Amino acid sequence: MTRKSGPSTTRRGLLKGALAAGGAAVVGGAARAGNGDPAILEPQPWRTSLGDGVDAHPYGMPVEYERHVVRRNVPWLTADPVSSVNFTPLHELDGIITPNGLCFERHHGGAAVIDPGMHRLMINGLVDTPMVFTMEDIMRFPRENRVYFLECAANSGMEWRGAQLNGVQFTHGMVHNVMYTGVPLRYLLEAAGVKTAGTWILAEGGDASAMTRSIPIEKAMDDCLVAFKMNGEALRAEQGYPIRLVVPGWEGNMWVKWLRRIEVGDRPWHQREETSKYTDLMPDGRARRFTWVMDAKSVITSPSPQKPILHGPGRTVITGIAWSGRGTIPRVDVSLDGGVNWHRARMDGPSFDKSIHRFYYEFDWDGRPLLLQSRAMDSTGYVQPTKNQLREIRGTESIYHNNGIQTWAVNEKGIAENVEVS
Amino acid sequence: MSKFLEIALVAAMFATPAAAEAIKLGRPALPEEVAAWDIDVAPRDVGLPEGSGDVTTGEELFVEKCAYCHGDFGEGVDRWPVLAGGQGSLTEPRPVKTIGSYWPYLSTVWDYVHRAMPFPEPQSLSVDETYAITAYLLYVNDIVDEDFVLSKENFASIKLPNEDNFYDDDRDTVEVPRFSVEPCMENCKEKAEIVMRAAVLDVTPEDAAARKAREEAAARAAEGAETGTAAAETATAAAPAESAEGEAAQGAIDPELAARGEKVFKKCKACHQVGEGAKNKTGPHLDGVVGRKAAAVEDFKYSSAMRAAAEDGLVWDAEALHAFLKKPKAFIKGTKMGFSGLKKDSDIDAVIEYLRQFGG
Repeated sequence: MTRKSGPSTTRRGLLKGALAAGGAAVVGGAARAGNGDPAILEPQPWRTSLGDGVDAHPYGMPVEYERHVVRRNVPWLTADPVSSVNFTPLHELDGIITPNGLCFERHHGGAAVIDPGMHRLMINGLVDTPMVFTMEDIMRFPRENRVYFLECAANSGMEWRGAQLNGVQFTHGMVHNVMYTGVPLRYLLEAAGVKTAGTWILAEGGDASAMTRSIPIEKAMDDCLVAFKMNGEALRAEQGYPIRLVVPGWEGNMWVKWLRRIEVGDRPWHQREETSKYTDLMPDGRARRFTWVMDAKSVITSPSPQKPILHGPGRTVITGIAWSGRGTIPRVDVSLDGGVNWHRARMDGPSFDKSIHRFYYEFDWDGRPLLLQSRAMDSTGYVQPTKNQLREIRGTESIYHNNGIQTWAVNEKGIAENVEVS
Repeated sequence: MSKFLEIALVAAMFATPAAAEAIKLGRPALPEEVAAWDIDVAPRDVGLPEGSGDVTTGEELFVEKCAYCHGDFGEGVDRWPVLAGGQGSLTEPRPVKTIGSYWPYLSTVWDYVHRAMPFPEPQSLSVDETYAITAYLLYVNDIVDEDFVLSKENFASIKLPNEDNFYDDDRDTVEVPRFSVEPCMENCKEKAEIVMRAAVLDVTPEDAAARKAREEAAARAAEGAETGTAAAETATAAAPAESAEGEAAQGAIDPELAARGEKVFKKCKACHQVGEGAKNKTGPHLDGVVGRKAAAVEDFKYSSAMRAAAEDGLVWDAEALHAFLKKPKAFIKGTKMGFSGLKKDSDIDAVIEYLRQFGG
């Protein structure tokens, strides 16, 4: 930004970086006397010139070498990007928290941009006093901070008939994990006074789709939040700014964004997203409805088709994520041979209820092909099933709630691809 | 679920004392405020307003406002939802889930059409129009005859064919016990063989994107290696900024107006693409449309009315576009464009300014 010489030397650095990444064994491992590593021997621009000042980036963005780490969509999936979905780049992430700008988006009438000063939350229906809250009012209730995963019920939905998309971003990227700051929905409902006949709520969004979902009052009074912060900062527009509903452990569609209204009633409303959509068609032609809880699930994020093993045989790190709508994940097993034999993975990082957990499995790769799988067990003892176990019950047309075990085939070059195994 | 119910019961036990100590913030909602937002309709007529509409009126409205995505008879265009047909397909591979074949309740149709449709202009339909379109959707699904009039009074008498085929989530009894067993760790099966590969289908967009990124990186690296000069790098880095400035100067585009136009264009996006890589969708792509002869996109099938207008010499200058966007069907009687028009002149000016950026 301040010096013309910056970009050129940076680009040279990029070339060397690429060489180093591609042939690490050569450059890093086989340095001989008189043939030292230029990364060490040559002066690099970041050592010999000054970097940007503090006023260069008032809102910081990732460095240029990470610009490929972005959400992507699958254009053929939907008719129009305004009512569509993009996917979290899980293969590039580590730890348990999803950065705000990488949280997958799913909206049904585009991402509304709402002036918080003009936003209102109304509670009506079977209450003592229908109420209106401004953002200022909401901020005066006691707040809670909770880390929760949000998974779209259709995550992995393209894989029911078999391996289809070659990348963990696309097979599993409709999930993110964020720390929310918000007000328990219970406090707002109590301010209006729920009548004893009130057994359900309808949550409604203020966007162009006016998204609606019915939720039982028990869940609403239990752990639902009206959230206004994610990972410490205001919700992103595409995540429902200024407020969204948080419905821990339950399918993402219920987490109504741009929340404008809660109606209390005595029966479900059977709205479009709980009848035509988000119901699970079974092989007998009947359909399950109100399938809210997200079953325990895990996936290896690296290696994966978008994240091959580039370093060759030897010490290798397998990592992935696991989550359950019923609790925590005390255990994940990893298989290198397509599920014949399993090994306990190492859990690392905080373990929160209904949050993503991180696991690792470190081993010496002998360079032979691998069939990688991971299998989560949640705190209730539920074990993630294979895709075929699910198909035995649900067939292949139910779209939603596919939590089956994922297989990545890794060849002797370290290239990974999405496969199904016997 | 049982644990969840337990928690719920505990919560319910404390509900009364907690309610007594409720935090009193906010203000009571006025009846007219509740009425303005409380638009939901549920089975058994809950929330349904007074009104009515017939199949014939519904057909006219549907063809004008809905058919550009859903097809004249609800058969669906591109990947937009199919609304009719599909009866008997629910047990077959690739079932067709429509109002007639799948949806359990008619109230959902009324509610959703009124709440979220037409896609580019949500909540623009009157109560009677919603009744009429709902009546037409029943007709194309062979549930009512063509002389049918749907109203609040007879609404509850309509039962959709698939209502009884939904049941509450039973995973807790059907699946959870089956999957909650100590997992096998060794020799769990004889062998695992690959039976299917995603690569065979080759439908992953990442392939192309990743390839492009790799190629670009390689090209940049090569460029850096060959020239290695600050001058070359600076020129490349500056190029986008220069061309953006150049465009603005050349067309004298009002960036503020164009930015507003981009927002207005959201109404058009369901059918039209514009910009790099724009393709024909339900409507023709709009690259270079401003100043161009009408019906000029070669591989798009225009209405005969539009082709006739082009033969008469219609050119999409700002004036003609303005008149067309104000009332499409009045300006070109017989146009395929289903959009009913932009009411505000300022919106029309803005969207034309936005389109001007893409050539023309």
